[in-house]
Amino acid sequence: MSLTQRIESLDRRWIFLVMLVAMSFPLIVHMKLPVRASPEARGFYENIEKLQAGDVVYLASDYDPGGKAELDPMLLAVLDRLFQKNVKIVGATLWPAGSPLLERAYKAEAPKYNKVYGVDYVHLGFKEGKENVMVQLGKSIREVFPVDYYGTPLDSLPLMHSGLNGKPIDKLNDTKLLVNISIGYPGTKEWVQQVRSRFNLPMISGCAAVSAPEYFPYVQSGQLSGLLGGLAGAAEYEEMIDRPGWGVTGMAAQSLAHVTIVLLIVLGNFVYFWNRRQGVSRP
Amino acid sequence: MLRREVPILLAMIVGWFMVGEFFFPWAEPAGTEVQQMAVIITATGVILGVANVIRINLLKVSRRERDWRYSILLLVGLGVMALLGTILPVVHAAVHGGGWKIGPFNLVGITDGTLFDRLYNRVYVPLSATMYGLLAFYIASAAFRAFRVRTMDATLLAVAAIIVMIGRVPLGEKIWDGIPLLTDWIMNVPQLAAKRAILIGAALGGIATGLKILLGIERNFLGSD
Repeated sequence: MSLTQRIESLDRRWIFLVMLVAMSFPLIVHMKLPVRASPEARGFYENIEKLQAGDVVYLASDYDPGGKAELDPMLLAVLDRLFQKNVKIVGATLWPAGSPLLERAYKAEAPKYNKVYGVDYVHLGFKEGKENVMVQLGKSIREVFPVDYYGTPLDSLPLMHSGLNGKPIDKLNDTKLLVNISIGYPGTKEWVQQVRSRFNLPMISGCAAVSAPEYFPYVQSGQLSGLLGGLAGAAEYEEMIDRPGWGVTGMAAQSLAHVTIVLLIVLGNFVYFWNRRQGVSRP
Repeated sequence: MLRREVPILLAMIVGWFMVGEFFFPWAEPAGTEVQQMAVIITATGVILGVANVIRINLLKVSRRERDWRYSILLLVGLGVMALLGTILPVVHAAVHGGGWKIGPFNLVGITDGTLFDRLYNRVYVPLSATMYGLLAFYIASAAFRAFRVRTMDATLLAVAAIIVMIGRVPLGEKIWDGIPLLTDWIMNVPQLAAKRAILIGAALGGIATGLKILLGIERNFLGSD
């Protein structure tokens, strides 16, 4: 058997090993690469920068542990920046396993800026109902979430009484911006379709890399004011707010992983066509 | 008759409520009521879903079907998490028995420091993230073994994929600073045009189906029975 034949019939565990080395190496040696901000990521950044101290945002954290590696860096960076700017946050999730992730992110970022639960941020928890819940939130948050994640009635939380012009916060329009971090359904697409246009609430999104191309039309149409796509988006945002975290660290690993996959595509095709040319059928 | 006509009539009425609230402000409270009903029905659907999972897996175990041992694991996991997250807090609230602890573990509730929280963070999170992470290895294997540029379409796909994959990471700019610009062009022009066409097509299909439901013509959602 020739070398090219042996390569073509390579056991896939060798490929797994190559990928493991390619992804681990940058993390072990702490390799860092400069990150270029895309126009979509810049839009995301600028919309958060426009917020003033005391403004309230609605944070829809729609992902579960499957999306943690990609979206946690994004969520943490967003929370960090919002707390730093003294923006108040009302957060919730439409994913059954999403609440503890939002809770952990709050617990990681709030103490850095001495933020107090109920005054500076609120965690409403999870509600089943997908698009119906989105529309209901546009009409009355209290109808959907009478109590928060801890079972505390919303009326007893000071933040829920500090909306625009001192009004209580009872619908999405009482907040300044909808920030959605999502990995699938229900997520960005549904928020755009059910809430963005219907309630005319500015919206930005951070999503999984695989979903980002689907949301590009919404960015171009202005329905999304900014978009972070996957770990690359997280890294771009971390660079812009000068808070390098797992996004920037992970980009080196992702860079080498992408290059490895490209090399595998090229190598796979080269040996395939070489062997066909030599008249060798696939092993 | 009741099995077909009543569901069709219900779908029509609910559909018209939803349309009505867009055009007539006086219809909004009724529309809101219907949406609240939908939230309750969806939540009830979750209970039915869980009951179905239990039924299917119990059958699998009782018949000793292939991989029945995994079904036992699933049922135990489901039972433990449901007990800790739902049943115990309700029972606890009913009897007001103070904190329920076994050693350092708080058995009641889902917040920080509870047993539910520990199982979630130390079992479910790593397992779920690992499953998602494994995709990278299978994509690499598939890229090497199956991605062949035998046709013009496949070649175009491969070239676009390679440019975008390299251009979306910082290393691309190091290789050649034109790659990110080329990536942006692919994402903002051909990709966007194709995606928009799909979105518009799907939206038109959705409108047509919606109209058929509103007029009582659409029957596919009833199933084949």
